[in-house]
Amino acid sequence: METSFTPYMSLAGGVLIGLSAVLLMAVNGRIAGMTGIIAGIIPPFSADWPWRIAFLLGAILAPVLFLSAGGAIPYAVPVSLPLLAFGGLVVGVGVYFGAGCTSGHGVCGVARLSPRSIAATLTFMIFTGLTVYVIRHVLGL
Amino acid sequence: MAKLFASLLIGAVFGLGIAISGMANPAKVLNFFDVAGAWDPSLIFVMGGALVTTALGYRLVFGRRQRPLFDAEFHLPVNKAIDTRLLAGSATFGIGWGIAGFCPGGAIPALGFGGVTVIVFTGAMMIGIVLARSLDGLRRKTGKPF
Repeated sequence: METSFTPYMSLAGGVLIGLSAVLLMAVNGRIAGMTGIIAGIIPPFSADWPWRIAFLLGAILAPVLFLSAGGAIPYAVPVSLPLLAFGGLVVGVGVYFGAGCTSGHGVCGVARLSPRSIAATLTFMIFTGLTVYVIRHVLGL
Repeated sequence: MAKLFASLLIGAVFGLGIAISGMANPAKVLNFFDVAGAWDPSLIFVMGGALVTTALGYRLVFGRRQRPLFDAEFHLPVNKAIDTRLLAGSATFGIGWGIAGFCPGGAIPALGFGGVTVIVFTGAMMIGIVLARSLDGLRRKTGKPF
């Protein structure tokens, strides 16, 4: 499935992601890592769960408001439900032991030049690329 | 209350950024990694925009403030270890991301408009975190998220 090249929207989105990371540090003193924020609202809840719920609610509501204001969000999932479930399970286990994902390690950690986050980011980028290659060009799914 | 409202707004900025960037669109994410196929390089611009903004913004924040607005201190990761746990976990995450096309930060903002696909992914991901946490019982006793 082809997707169109969107440098301006992607750049604007990236700047907003970065702005959010900077604001969360300035206001709450926290890394804007989704793995950590989500893990804190899975029982046993971390003591500071309320701001995490508020952040996640904002993240869910904003795109809905954007859509209802007439904005467009291209969205297509070329993956079957069983594979989405399996992939989700694998992602959950991976981000727990890796202690972070694209937002925490990939954006916040790399921006701080943390060697640990740079190592994590290089590792998951390589393995994501290999997995996509195997699925699409070896298995031909 | 002010902290919660600020968190809601900051989450909204994140969610909007993810949604318009294409990170919440598995077709686009998978095409970014499919260099040998229908390659869509857009996500380089997402990472570039996010990294430059965060790097400059963090410098400003850490340079000008002794502490965050609504907390006593900046909570920066203390673990510096590049060990098997980190690398195996990250590799596992990469495999899952390559299978599903969703990462955690891409999935959450899609929950309000993505329908059953993203709900299935997010539910399974949370089960995966719970599973990993119980496998890792020692750490669970400390009550920390990881």
